[in-house]
Amino acid sequence: MAWPFRRRAEKPPKTLKRSFVTPEGVDLRLELGSAGARAAAFMLDAVAIIMALILVTIFVGLVGIAAKAEIMLILWLLGAFLLRFGWFSLFEMGGRGATPGKRLMGLRVVARDGARLTGGAVIARNAMREIEVFLPLTFLGMQAAEGLADTFLTLFALIWSGIFLFFPLFNRDRLRVGDMVAGTWVVRTETGRLGEDIGALAARRERRRFSDAALGLYGVYELQTLEEVLRNGKEDAIATVAATIRRKAGLESDGDDRGFLEDYYAALCDRLERGLLVGRRRENKYAA
Amino acid sequence: MNADASALLGERTPAPLVNASRFRAAHAADWERLDQILSRIEKGSLRRLSDEDLLALPGLYRTTLSSLSVARDTSLDRALITYLEQLSTRAYFQIYGVQTSAWRQLGRFFLRGWPEAVRSMWRETLVTAFITFASAAVAFYLVRSDPSWFYGIVPNGLAGGRDPSASAETLRATLYARHQDMLATFATFLFTHNAQIAIFSFALGFAFAVPTILLIIYNGLTLGAFVEVFAAKGLAWNAIGWLSIHGTTEIFSLCLSGAAGIRIGLAIAFPGRESRTDSAVRAGRSAALVMAGAVIMLIVAGLLEGIGRQTVLDDTARYAIGGSMLLGWLLYFYLPRKAAG
Repeated sequence: MAWPFRRRAEKPPKTLKRSFVTPEGVDLRLELGSAGARAAAFMLDAVAIIMALILVTIFVGLVGIAAKAEIMLILWLLGAFLLRFGWFSLFEMGGRGATPGKRLMGLRVVARDGARLTGGAVIARNAMREIEVFLPLTFLGMQAAEGLADTFLTLFALIWSGIFLFFPLFNRDRLRVGDMVAGTWVVRTETGRLGEDIGALAARRERRRFSDAALGLYGVYELQTLEEVLRNGKEDAIATVAATIRRKAGLESDGDDRGFLEDYYAALCDRLERGLLVGRRRENKYAA
Repeated sequence: MNADASALLGERTPAPLVNASRFRAAHAADWERLDQILSRIEKGSLRRLSDEDLLALPGLYRTTLSSLSVARDTSLDRALITYLEQLSTRAYFQIYGVQTSAWRQLGRFFLRGWPEAVRSMWRETLVTAFITFASAAVAFYLVRSDPSWFYGIVPNGLAGGRDPSASAETLRATLYARHQDMLATFATFLFTHNAQIAIFSFALGFAFAVPTILLIIYNGLTLGAFVEVFAAKGLAWNAIGWLSIHGTTEIFSLCLSGAAGIRIGLAIAFPGRESRTDSAVRAGRSAALVMAGAVIMLIVAGLLEGIGRQTVLDDTARYAIGGSMLLGWLLYFYLPRKAAG
């Protein structure tokens, strides 16, 4: 990606998280759709299109043969055209910004600059699909039908579609050629529930207290790992973590690993948060 | 230290709540409500939303957004921050990302978007028009000097008997046949075929416009070769009339989609002061409008071909229709209008 686009100011990060600042000035930290999810979404759409095409063909065939109407043939031609060119664009121009396949995979098309997704951008990104997928396919199909598809041609078509197919893997923003020209990218849309408040669990009862030394062992990273362990609720993980913390802090086991970890979490969280208020964020146990 | 810690263990006192708990208690109701409103909008029932909820949406969005900022700075509860990020993102897309209504969009496209995009590409359009007619002229003279060139240019299927070996009578008959079988179907087929070419010449522009220009040259060659076949039998005037009834629209539209492809190719090859990606995006979005417009023009051309050509048999009338269509398009695209208010 570096060479033809060498003017890019800085390389995007290696993770799929991208900063995305709203007009209110808050960074939403969007997560890009992974290549696998994108491919799956496309497969779903392709299957849906083919199914729709088969249904239209059967319908037109039945009605058309019964009525011997030329109009049915015309409708079929137009219907197939609309399915092929309109499916992606029309769905993405709608309020959800996603085709049915993308919706199922929890993806959405977004303008990279954070502006409204315009019709022009949607058309541009989907017209490019023509040369990414359909051109080599029709080309190959046409040649095969005439018995002309030799090895060289097949190879050429494969390489051609390979370049475009794997294009998203060669840039960190997972952009298709269409996304590049349209200035869009595909992000994950997630609908999660608010997890339980672990800090409050401990407050319901009398709480263990810990010494400064015991609380000084860890930083934010370890705290959030502990949070994950508690949320997952796996007994063996909880026992291991509790044993480790007790060993390091020199505490004796009191038989209640979960309660101990909840209390330790609340106490550590409280301590680290008080640090935040005076501008001290201890990232991990190695930080001072 | 050991003894100290052991001594503390077991001594139970009420401890302070962590920030996240206090924070959750204070704002959870707002988040919950925003979540519900968003879920309803996402299910597609915007109309069933009460006015009260609709009015509350922007306020709730900003509350949640500021909750997110505060939580990031003061809270270490990762589940809370993740939840707020997801909620804010969903709300952001509903508030900022949603399109205006389809009709409003269409209206804007026809009133401004399309003609403005076409006008911004006048240079490329001139180039594609020139290439089309130059290659048509080349094909014309090639076929004139040696009719066997025709078979090299036009594929067999497309000619439909209209080749240099056909007699003047057959050729004349193809121009004025009234009840040709399946003509409407053929016109539809031609429309889908041409629309595909229009989309290809847009998309292939990505390869520095070279394939696009080849496509345009090929179109021009076919045009010139056909005209020569008729001209050789003294039917030039009739053939051009037969072509022009829909051909002015069709050729213009293919010129425009070619111009769209060239615009993209140039923007990628020579980005100027912009970064290459920015330049590609700017060109891509306006070129896409031109291409979508070209497909609409091809629908018009298909209608003219399917209906007009059958019913209008008079040469002068054909020229008049073709000419006025061209004039109409030119006025629509290039007539100066008031700047956007």
